[in-house]
Amino acid sequence: MDRTKKFGRNAMFLVLCVLSLAFIAPVLVVLMNSFKDQFSISSDEAFHFPTGDTFVGFQNYVGGVEKTDYWNAFGCSLSITVCALAVIVLFTSMTAWYVTRVKSRYSSALYYGLIFSMVVPFQMVMFSMSKLANMLHLDNPAGLVALYLGFGAGQAVFLFSGFVKSIPVDIEEAALIDGCSPIQEFFLVVFPILKPISITVAILDAMWIWNDYLMPYLVIGSDYKTVPIAVQYLQGGYGSKDMGAMMAVLVLSIIPVVVFYLFCQKYIIRGSVAGAVKG
Amino acid sequence: MQKALKKYAAFFTLPTLLAFAVAFLAPFLIGIYLSFTKFSTITDAQWVGFGNYAKAFEQGGDFLHSLGFTACFAAITIVSINGIAFLFALMLTRKLRGTNFFRTVFFMPNLIGGIVLGYIWQLILNGVLYHVGQTVISDATYGFWGLVVLVNWQMIGYMMVIYIAGIQNVPQDLLDAAAVDGASSGQVLRHVTIPMVMPSITICLFLTLTNSFRLFDQNLALTGGQPGKDSAMLALNIYQTFYGTPGYEGVGQAKAVVFFLLVAGIALLQLRLTKRKEVEA
Repeated sequence: MDRTKKFGRNAMFLVLCVLSLAFIAPVLVVLMNSFKDQFSISSDEAFHFPTGDTFVGFQNYVGGVEKTDYWNAFGCSLSITVCALAVIVLFTSMTAWYVTRVKSRYSSALYYGLIFSMVVPFQMVMFSMSKLANMLHLDNPAGLVALYLGFGAGQAVFLFSGFVKSIPVDIEEAALIDGCSPIQEFFLVVFPILKPISITVAILDAMWIWNDYLMPYLVIGSDYKTVPIAVQYLQGGYGSKDMGAMMAVLVLSIIPVVVFYLFCQKYIIRGSVAGAVKG
Repeated sequence: MQKALKKYAAFFTLPTLLAFAVAFLAPFLIGIYLSFTKFSTITDAQWVGFGNYAKAFEQGGDFLHSLGFTACFAAITIVSINGIAFLFALMLTRKLRGTNFFRTVFFMPNLIGGIVLGYIWQLILNGVLYHVGQTVISDATYGFWGLVVLVNWQMIGYMMVIYIAGIQNVPQDLLDAAAVDGASSGQVLRHVTIPMVMPSITICLFLTLTNSFRLFDQNLALTGGQPGKDSAMLALNIYQTFYGTPGYEGVGQAKAVVFFLLVAGIALLQLRLTKRKEVEA
């Protein structure tokens, strides 16, 4: 009995090893192809290792970075994501605290309006939002950050207010009696308590905003490129696609995500589970 | 406390409210209005009643095709993603060696953006299909199964971590009691584990269903809807009606309204169904 059990565990371990190899393989194939000349990436050779003839070193990376203006796109994505996260965490936590603590028609209308926006797909508002953004001169990175606040507020307020409900009101009232104004109270007492859920919101929104293609493309796509726009840009017209540059840019856009993942894995997995379970 | 706080309503809620009004509320209401009009910018709208909706549902039209395509896609991926993710979760909750490493690897694709995922799999699938003289855009069937494989690769790890969290929350004394009663591992799974993780199962079903209906980036990058519009799912079909067919913006908006009603309806239905199930379990 013990022996069959041990055999079972070893077999399971082996199966998992094979599966994880299969999960990494697609990325490795792209990595391998990024070092081949662009005409040797064509379909029949996609799975061949680069040889003397086809190996081109970092040439694809140089070309890809140049064609897509990659570092600019990277900077653009990074600054938009960081600013949007700061704005979302700050303003939606304030809103969530207010609508949870104050019971009025206004606060419940706002709360349910925000919750409602979570079930509306982007295509529903995509056209009118991009036209409106254009008319209001929000078609720049700062405007895009504001739009992310508006579009991301639903989930963020939902998560924050769920957490606020679990904070005992006594703590907050004690601060008020000690002479805090509501603003001091929020920033000195409540906001620090919200730290775990702030991390969850930031992680979920970081994954959304960093990878978002359509909204930045429609709002600022004619003047600015984010990383997903840069990748899609290489698709180009018919037949003009430079596969080498494409592979290099794919690798360049996967690396930062993987590095971020390895450093914050605990928070990312915990945040994804929390976001799903409460969302 | 309420009274003191009420005076600060503007300070606490105005920034969010303004952004919400511009990014969502106004575009949403304008969108509903525009679906009954003919327009090319918001300002030149002319009322046409239900004409756009009639055009969207024209017999043999591409919208109904993409609806069917999306529904089939949803049905297959919901079963495959959740089935495989649950199996993975069962294997990774047995305190095997390397559990953390496996979890890290399986979850990783979930972080890669949809556009990038699409091009990764375009390379792989075209490489495989080359041997039968095809590409991923030569037939919608290849595009369909390509998307199925892609989304499985992307979502399995995500669903898996939710199932792992659910399985780890099953109380140990229940498992011990089942073992004392002589239950086989199959019986434990069927009568203890699965009922106890029912909440996780409903969450995952809901997530995969909504995700397959909303899928856009992966579809755009992998096939772009080709050949023709045959492999375009709902979201991409709407996008292409808006931006690829001049004069059809109103039809695109009407499709978007239908799409919204569908997604919202699914969300409501699923929530109601899951609530009932949890009580029974």
